[in-house]
Amino acid sequence: MATDGKYESHEYDVIVIGAGGAGLRAAIEASAQGAKTALICKSLLGKAHTVMAEGGIAAAMGNIYPEDNWKVHFRDTMRGGKLLNNWRMAQIHAQEAPARVLELEEWGALFDRTKDGRILQRDFGGHRYARLAHVGDRTGLEMIRTLQQHAVHKGIDVFMECTIARLLKDGDKVCGAFGYWRESGRFIAFRSKAVVLATGGVGKAWKITSNSWEYTGDGIAMAMDAGADLIDMEMVQFHPTGMVWPPSVRGILVTEGVRGDGGTLKNSEDKRFMFNYIPEFFRAETAETEKEADAWYEDKKNRRTPDLLPRDEVARAINAEVKAGRGTAHGGVFLDIASRRSADYIQKRLPSMYHQFKELAGVDITKEAMEVGPTCHYIMGGVRVDGDTTATTVPGLFAAGEVAAGLHGANRLGGNSLSDLLVFGRRAGHHAAEYAKKLTGRAAVGEDQIAAVSQELLAPFHGEGGENPYSIHMELQDCMQSLVGIIRTESELKKALGEIDRFKERTKRIAVEGNRQYNPGWHLALDLRTMLAISEACTRSALERKESRGGHTRDDYPKTDPNLGKVNVVIRKRNGELTLSQEARPEMPDDLKQLLEEQK
Amino acid sequence: MAAEEFVMQVWRGDAAGGAFKEYRVPAGEGMVVLDVIHAIQARHASDLAVRWNCKAGKCGSCSAEINGKPRLMCMTRMNSLDTSEPITVAPMKTFPLIRDLVTDVSFNFEMAKRVPAFKPRPKEADGTYRMQQEDIDRVQEFHKCIECFLCQNVCHVIRDHDENKRYFAGPRLFVRYAALEMHPLDTNDRRELLKERMGLGFCNITKCCTEVCPEHIHITDNAIIPLKERVVDEFYDPLARLVRKITGKKS
Repeated sequence: MATDGKYESHEYDVIVIGAGGAGLRAAIEASAQGAKTALICKSLLGKAHTVMAEGGIAAAMGNIYPEDNWKVHFRDTMRGGKLLNNWRMAQIHAQEAPARVLELEEWGALFDRTKDGRILQRDFGGHRYARLAHVGDRTGLEMIRTLQQHAVHKGIDVFMECTIARLLKDGDKVCGAFGYWRESGRFIAFRSKAVVLATGGVGKAWKITSNSWEYTGDGIAMAMDAGADLIDMEMVQFHPTGMVWPPSVRGILVTEGVRGDGGTLKNSEDKRFMFNYIPEFFRAETAETEKEADAWYEDKKNRRTPDLLPRDEVARAINAEVKAGRGTAHGGVFLDIASRRSADYIQKRLPSMYHQFKELAGVDITKEAMEVGPTCHYIMGGVRVDGDTTATTVPGLFAAGEVAAGLHGANRLGGNSLSDLLVFGRRAGHHAAEYAKKLTGRAAVGEDQIAAVSQELLAPFHGEGGENPYSIHMELQDCMQSLVGIIRTESELKKALGEIDRFKERTKRIAVEGNRQYNPGWHLALDLRTMLAISEACTRSALERKESRGGHTRDDYPKTDPNLGKVNVVIRKRNGELTLSQEARPEMPDDLKQLLEEQK
Repeated sequence: MAAEEFVMQVWRGDAAGGAFKEYRVPAGEGMVVLDVIHAIQARHASDLAVRWNCKAGKCGSCSAEINGKPRLMCMTRMNSLDTSEPITVAPMKTFPLIRDLVTDVSFNFEMAKRVPAFKPRPKEADGTYRMQQEDIDRVQEFHKCIECFLCQNVCHVIRDHDENKRYFAGPRLFVRYAALEMHPLDTNDRRELLKERMGLGFCNITKCCTEVCPEHIHITDNAIIPLKERVVDEFYDPLARLVRKITGKKS
């Protein structure tokens, strides 16, 4: 083991933590502004969660339906988010997304084309028009590779397999970050004028999840520790369609593009059950018959199929069907495209879904229905940011992508994540660089901060009590899945808080084996701390919001409460304790309010 | 369910040396090799080093040699293997070992830095580009690459001759060069670089790379051979070269 307290040091204007779509786009922009920029990521470059995104990038380019424009996209996003969204972010997002897609093309991305040679756009849940720029069902791969190659050619310094554990502060300002190389376990410190968080979400705290090992809430927890506000932490998205069988693949994502391209959900009685779950909020715009629903794919004068209601609605409907005994043998429902589209079409539009089911489940999706069920996919809540600049409430700290909150409100629409990463990644990089330029002098990094975090990081090697990090992680996942899942209730949320407290105690007794070199047991022991902190924040927020809205459904408060639509649940950490409050959301200006009315 | 438990021999060690170590875990339905590795971590060896991310064949992190064959651990189902014998899992051989199943793949990232960047032609008057689907189909095939580096791992030019890594980009990078060279918008010319510095001529078309590609990219037929033809046209066909010089066309 290397001597405690020793570390290497680097100095930058801007460091970006996380190298998915938002981090890469932020680093590219900061660097373009002339800031000396570093990009730091937990995995190898190009492996972040963005690579798994399938369906597409939502942008109102109007290539298929000229009547589409930012105003319609704004309205769809706000309504999909049950109006809890930061309206300024929803506005900027809808306005800037088309330019960000075209920019990717300028950097080498090749999207699927229309007959007249423009970017093809696909239907998705909650979007009024076919709006998602895509490449088959591997859009995220195209996006991350394009950004990765562009960043590499811009000469941005990349620190791969490097985990950041703590933000460093000089007074009230953020002035750097500290962490370790995964390969060697050695410590590394960054002194930096500005820091951009682009660390994604926390899906790995749930058992059935589409998220990889990396999604442990690091960025949200580090921001909270540094004093930043968190909002909407109760808003967790369960994607309606994850694989359910065999058990080893449970949770792996099945793109919404299957339904966008014509697939329908059916129960074990072969009924298209979504017609029974159309909520009042979306009734006027949703088809009531199978005939009307099918006609919508060809002609948008018809109303949208309920199979493409926003994700929160569809996930709850599937959950209810299974509970009512109309699920499949493995506890899911059927997703059928085989009987509705030709084998050629399916293979062309959904090649990786075809491959995934064939290889992992032995199912040929051109011939049979898939079995699907909800899987933890995304957190709408996170670090509170300014809509224009992505600045958090801590000077020098910016956040973009899933780690940030606001754009998606109570529920994110499919396709709005990739566009979020591009729009706000760019803004984060831009404003972080601007902030860094204005800052004079050199920040003072207290050695005491570094000594303290070094000691914490090495604690699992000295633990006594023989707790195994893998066991605690699995029990946490069970707890969050069963007690803080799709449907919540006060008694279960309180029970979860008790369990989380006990897990926290147990993590103090973790003893990891081996040394600091590439040691996953040690890494998990450290990631558990952030997962537990964020699980607690999520559960406490869920207790606080006594209504059902979007990704937050309370069995004991099944209705939406208009008064609670006017507030965010805000979490802050002060003197080691979490504080919760309900804070009024800014009033939407009249011109935007009018858009919500007009575009019905 | 055939077997009640899986027996796996996993390579444990670092650059200084190591050996296969045998582990037993309960068998479960539909398990892939990566599930068994995770079960070993949880039950027997919490420090067993392995790279993985998506667990769905999309990120290309979990490359290894399973029973001697280069494959993705997340896409290799246990019931596709003969589990009456112990399954061996070893790190990729072509790259320097870091620990257990994790290798130092930085060679690939260094080579990627040396690829001359995409340089698009000017946009149309309306500020966009027009391209027909049939003109991008072949490049989209190359863009499917998930950078698992299994093709690099099996390529005997570098697998058996480490010293060649200085002069040889390898199949993954040839796919990247092909994607750029055949991109309808690109205006850069990388043929001389491919010939002089990237070792395109070292490839003698044994197709080992194509066989292991989990994305089924026709690396040899669709990327490497057409690149070789372009280099030949440029440097060994004086007439064609002259015509192109005069007309300014890129073939």
